[in-house]
Amino acid sequence: MTTVHDVEQKPAVTSLRSKDLLGIAEMLPEEITLVLDTADAMKEIASRPIKKVPALRGKTVVNLFFEPSTRTRTSFEIAEKRLSADTLNIAIATSSVVKGETLADTAMNLEAMRPDMIVLRHSSSGACHLLSRICRSAIINAGDGTHEHPTQALLDAFTIREHKKRLKGLKVAIVGDLLHSRVLRSNIHLLTKMGADVWVCGPPTLMPTDIRRFGVTPTSHVEDAVAGADVIMMLRIQLERMEGAYFPSLREYFSVFGMTEERVRRANPDVMIMHPGPMNRGVEIASEVADGPYSVILEQVANGVAVRMAVLYLLAGGADYEEAA
Amino acid sequence: MKRLLKGGRVVDPANGIDGARDVLIDGDRIARIGADLPVDGATVVEIPDGMVICPGLIDMHVHLREPGQEHKETIASGTASAVAGGFTAVACMPNTNPVNDDANVTAYILAKAREADLARVYPIGAVSRSSKGELLADIGDLRKAGCVAITDDGHPVATALLLRRALEYAGMFDMPVIEHCEDPSLKGDGVAHEGYYAATLGLRGMPGACEALGVERGVLLSELTGSAFHVAHMSARASLRAVRKGKEAGVRVTCEVAPHHFTLTDEALATPLAYDTNTKMNPPLREAEDRDAMLTGIADGTVDAIATDHAPHHYDEKKVEFDRAPFGIVGLETAVSLSFDRLVHAGRVRLSRLVELMSLNPARILKVNGGTLSEGAPADITILAPDLQVRVEAAKLRSRSKNTPFDGWVLRGGVAATMVGGRPLFVNPETRISF
Repeated sequence: MTTVHDVEQKPAVTSLRSKDLLGIAEMLPEEITLVLDTADAMKEIASRPIKKVPALRGKTVVNLFFEPSTRTRTSFEIAEKRLSADTLNIAIATSSVVKGETLADTAMNLEAMRPDMIVLRHSSSGACHLLSRICRSAIINAGDGTHEHPTQALLDAFTIREHKKRLKGLKVAIVGDLLHSRVLRSNIHLLTKMGADVWVCGPPTLMPTDIRRFGVTPTSHVEDAVAGADVIMMLRIQLERMEGAYFPSLREYFSVFGMTEERVRRANPDVMIMHPGPMNRGVEIASEVADGPYSVILEQVANGVAVRMAVLYLLAGGADYEEAA
Repeated sequence: MKRLLKGGRVVDPANGIDGARDVLIDGDRIARIGADLPVDGATVVEIPDGMVICPGLIDMHVHLREPGQEHKETIASGTASAVAGGFTAVACMPNTNPVNDDANVTAYILAKAREADLARVYPIGAVSRSSKGELLADIGDLRKAGCVAITDDGHPVATALLLRRALEYAGMFDMPVIEHCEDPSLKGDGVAHEGYYAATLGLRGMPGACEALGVERGVLLSELTGSAFHVAHMSARASLRAVRKGKEAGVRVTCEVAPHHFTLTDEALATPLAYDTNTKMNPPLREAEDRDAMLTGIADGTVDAIATDHAPHHYDEKKVEFDRAPFGIVGLETAVSLSFDRLVHAGRVRLSRLVELMSLNPARILKVNGGTLSEGAPADITILAPDLQVRVEAAKLRSRSKNTPFDGWVLRGGVAATMVGGRPLFVNPETRISF
């Protein structure tokens, strides 16, 4: 394992300013670098025979998931356990027809039991902002509606940095359902803050309004998006989008936007292919590409644990894990 | 009992008055308007320098929530809020529970209004039964019971055909049809204006075209039927264009704009407090070009009225995820200050134009009494304090609900006193008028 130090972005800070991680939008570039550098050290823990440090001993972390999630929830839980936190998983199925307790009441009830952190996944954009105003605990956004998924963007950046040793100046093409993607928004904030050249590509029906104001280059021509790209990031196409008439058929989507080997050949020879998962093989990405030599999709999953350990550790106040280990 | 309001500036655009006059009130009527009227046994009410006496303000678009949603507002609390905001009359929307689609509901509302005995209440009836967009409500009965207009507000009238029939039928009673203009398919499950801020916050958007399509539809049908069509809470620049075009073609179309739509933009979704559910209303806060178009329309005369769309919601209902929160904010107690601050003091309109927008024109559109200080008219009078510094405090609002995005705002211009039928029902203690 190589420890990467980004020469252009020396960490100027040793802690995060906010008690919460609500989104990348609120973070400074130095804070992003701090998380990534901390994750470098956390990654080493996974290579030890005993993958546990006492950094969060005595801390209680609640994983509050209002949406089904395997990858993110598991990743957070492993990260918490490796840091010796006491963890608690609460999965609540919600739909607009189920009239249960309000989110605010659920949060206040949890809060009464004095957890230290709440990791929240929710289908409503801004749910984490609501909680952060109610709770003393640190709120970590594990995906809110179509707003942000900050730890995904951090683990993506971590993975890119491991391979490319930098973020600045890279051409990153993000292709897929841009409109409904929280991964897109977090990645745009992160990559533009860190100086990458970000291209976003999808059908105009799935393009957020005024996307240029995000500081990215939009296109609906996938060949232009991937030409000379250092990184291609695929976004999931949700099958139900067809019903909203966003595009005619999955077959046509694949023929216009699907990431095929032929399209990948327009990118830089050392291009990385990324996907936040879960993938729809044959819809947004050809299996040959997903399983091919440039794919780092499973590395992303592995790095997710280290990045989430870094976030948990920093929000807990950054006890000295090295010493404690 | 006689009262003589002495020393104010009277602004009464219907009679072409804007200057120093005294107002003599005899019982519930205006007896005389003139310079230096003799006291003649009347109680003299000294109006401090700089204050303005104008016909009572009329808010033609409020939700009083009673019957059915008394936890949000009652007719008593809503009309208390109205007089505190300078309004001597309000027209209340029919989306209560049950819907005001029946003369009995209208009678109930009027009975509650008499009991409260504050601002006058003009009920607006439903276009369709239960506002479901299928069968017409008994519009003639509603008229007889006291309704002054019809609307399915909250939603647009379901089909062009039904809107056509409503215009034709209501035209027989000379009642305007008030329309919540919106194309439902373009609105979809939108919760905010479709623009940069909704995109960045991950909120589902509804574009201005969604409203403008509804305005275009109504203008065309108003032209077809020759009946009066009124656009509620207009917010989009394309809607303004459609109204302007209609007026130029001689169509009987009028429109209103709410203070939040000429004051705020969709930037308020993100800052100072991201996802503040008090910035969620329908139509939504739109982008700067739309807000500026509303200001232009108000200044150039295209916009006929300022109406608040006062929409009280309990704090429990607003303290939820943004996409689950109900649409709407309260507006009765902030409208005058926002209008002074953003329109009059900003140099966009003269005070007499403001009185047209908030009193004379609403009275004309709804064909109700008021809107003037003519001798013999009911003594519904608002006394304005143009230079009063007002600090909005949500917790102190008279409305039962406190859902305002203007909490803590400091504005120039306010209400000194509100008189309904000759009785001072609200006197602002900060303005030292003694009745």
